[in-house]
Amino acid sequence: MIEVDNISKQFGDKKVLEDVSCVFEQGKINLIIGGSGQGKTVLMKCVVGLFEVDKGRVLYDGRNFSEMSFGERKPIRQEIGMLFQGGALFDSLTVEQNVTFPLSMFTNMSVAEKRDRANFCLQRVNLENVNKLLPSAISGGMKKRVAIARAIAMNPKYLFCDEPNSGLDPKTSILIDELIKEITEEYNITTIINTHDMNTVMSIGEKIIFIYKGKKYWEGSNNDIMQSQNKELNDFVFASRWMKAVKQHF
Amino acid sequence: MVNLGIGSLWLVALTSAFMGAVITIQSAYNLVNPMVPLWAVGIVARDSIIIEFSPTIIMLVLAGKVGSNIASEIGTMRVTEQIDALEIMGINSSGYLVLPKIIAAIIICPVVVIVSMIIGITGGWIAGDLSGVVPSADYLKGLQNQFLPFNVTFAMIKTVVFAFIITSVPAYHGYYTNGGALEVGQSSTKGVVNSSILILIFDYILTQLILA
Repeated sequence: MIEVDNISKQFGDKKVLEDVSCVFEQGKINLIIGGSGQGKTVLMKCVVGLFEVDKGRVLYDGRNFSEMSFGERKPIRQEIGMLFQGGALFDSLTVEQNVTFPLSMFTNMSVAEKRDRANFCLQRVNLENVNKLLPSAISGGMKKRVAIARAIAMNPKYLFCDEPNSGLDPKTSILIDELIKEITEEYNITTIINTHDMNTVMSIGEKIIFIYKGKKYWEGSNNDIMQSQNKELNDFVFASRWMKAVKQHF
Repeated sequence: MVNLGIGSLWLVALTSAFMGAVITIQSAYNLVNPMVPLWAVGIVARDSIIIEFSPTIIMLVLAGKVGSNIASEIGTMRVTEQIDALEIMGINSSGYLVLPKIIAAIIICPVVVIVSMIIGITGGWIAGDLSGVVPSADYLKGLQNQFLPFNVTFAMIKTVVFAFIITSVPAYHGYYTNGGALEVGQSSTKGVVNSSILILIFDYILTQLILA
């Protein structure tokens, strides 16, 4: 479980996050949703420590992450897996080397053990015979899956996904969503997804935090969204004609 | 080390050979005083190449080749979130990405500069002999005359300082890139320009400190 306690962040004079508090629950898919520029990426980066918060604290299972030094954060960071928007695979390494990278850095596994673990993780994301390929030789969807394989290689307790479906076709998007859901349930991970993909929101959003103008405007599940009277949330979620039709039908 | 040094050898060899040839021919052209023996061309060529041309010009050439490579590589890693991925894993990204490059350059650049000195002096010898400006015997006599081993030490000191500059400055600009492809290009340019300027400044400072 990750607790975000009253955090604020500003860049120069611009307040990007203001007194945001929320809890990301273990074994659930936690979504951060909101329009572009509303602060959801900054919130995620504050939670993982890529940005330091100006005020408030972030607790990983009760451990105050915000007050820790770089060295003290190391054990927690090794419990974190992150899927970046573009995959963020290391260009100069093959797919297998990308997946074994955290194992090489933080474990004493033998080469054979690392290869076995990489094969297991790659099979888990339905990828085979790509071990020796460079990231430049695989498709966008495959890159995302390799990034998921790398993120789960260390058996993380916390999985962060920054817009996992961006740039993917609808079918691959659904595959990625299902994969994240399966992995979350299988390993009882605290999963946090930053998205504005409504398919993801409606299909796997067990707990949803809506960020608007740097503040938490709404919190609930995908079922709650349909009954919500929150104007800003409804303007965002039901912006498209298709989503409006879904709500009317519901 | 392969990327920084071995991969640059052909460029270093080409530059050094022509540099040595030009220095020899120009020195011979300018030494018209009958009181100055022809073998002095060998001394001038040797010392110019060892003290100045190999450590400074070759490192300026490497600042362009290696510096732009480092700045654009690290800059691209920054804008494609690869550095964030390292940070998330708990890896000190600057130490992991930059330090090995600095150490590799400090080790390999002196080797490259020594190779440049050998090729430059050989290039001068060949050019002098082929053009008939300086006969081989005179050139070789000049090379062996009044040789100061400290000049090589001085050149190595300069090379190590310049090696640090051509890796750390572009790495800094690459590491702090913000934005996209345009900014990566700008970081690469800044890295090369600033490291070249620093090489020239430190060339003067080191010469003043050590030789003056």
